[in-house]
Amino acid sequence: MGSSSFLWNFTKKFVTFGIITVTVSDRYVTVVPVRGGSMSPTLNPKTSSSAGNFSDDYVLVEKFCVDKYRFSHGDVVVFSSPLNHKERHIKRIVALSGEWFGSRQNYDVLKVPEGHCWVEGDNAAFSMDSKSFGPIPLGLIRGRVTHVVWPPQRIGAIQSPPRERLSSL
Amino acid sequence: MKLVSYMSQWRGIAKEAMDRTAIAVKFLCCLHITDTYFCSPTHVYGPSMLPTLNMVGDIVLVEHVSQRLGKVRHGDLVVIRSPLDPKRCLTKRIMGMEGDTVTYFDPMLGDATRVAVVPKGHVWIQGDNIFASHDSRHFGPVPYGLIQGKVFFRVWPLDCLGVPGQ
Repeated sequence: MGSSSFLWNFTKKFVTFGIITVTVSDRYVTVVPVRGGSMSPTLNPKTSSSAGNFSDDYVLVEKFCVDKYRFSHGDVVVFSSPLNHKERHIKRIVALSGEWFGSRQNYDVLKVPEGHCWVEGDNAAFSMDSKSFGPIPLGLIRGRVTHVVWPPQRIGAIQSPPRERLSSL
Repeated sequence: MKLVSYMSQWRGIAKEAMDRTAIAVKFLCCLHITDTYFCSPTHVYGPSMLPTLNMVGDIVLVEHVSQRLGKVRHGDLVVIRSPLDPKRCLTKRIMGMEGDTVTYFDPMLGDATRVAVVPKGHVWIQGDNIFASHDSRHFGPVPYGLIQGKVFFRVWPLDCLGVPGQ
């Protein structure tokens, strides 16, 4: 009798904790790991080729910005890939809707369509971004990366865009 | 002595307030989880789905399970976030999944039919009322990730209760 009531209490606490955690991570803030070197040097500055190494960065993602869909240049955002809805990518917003944007690859000037944005990784050579799949709708954005929370020596806010990227715009 | 009784009274009130708050928080969390993961009511209006849904506004139930499992199919009625304005949601019918070839016809642009291929990870959406619908014929295929859920039941108006379109 005693053990069953203990079990019941434990389950109740566990479920309560679970639903509160899920709600907070859906609506407010969450922590996600970063894989791959496409955002190096901002995230994962030294990535070896082996998958799942211990030096992966963990970042804090806030979801308040998704209510109003108001973003600015240089925001690092999490979005679900337009090619595969199960994948999440982390990239930096380079141009917002209605802006003219010159890409460095082929010197084209193109206009970002209404409700879309142009995202690029900081490590241009190893990044799968708007250069391959074009501008993405703002509706795909799931949150904004604000801080690195792990590993301890790299705790801190995300820097604004690297200087060389600014000069190229 | 007076102080002690005062303190215990306050402690009781604070405890009760905490309990009430905890119940409210749990309730709101449950509501959020049902809303985002299982099913939620939505009010849809506008002329674009006319024979299927009324113009003045229907209340439909939207389920979010099949979209997460990737089970949304050709012909399903979906609620999708507009690619042009992320604050708006559209209710449209899926006319093609990735890799399909879609033949469409836009009365606003003339009589010619056009052909499009839906790229990987995208869907082709179209309203049932092709004369008054702003859909993939204008803004092209939309990414699957914009789908919010699948309409499966209509609850209002009461005489149309049931699965829409039947």
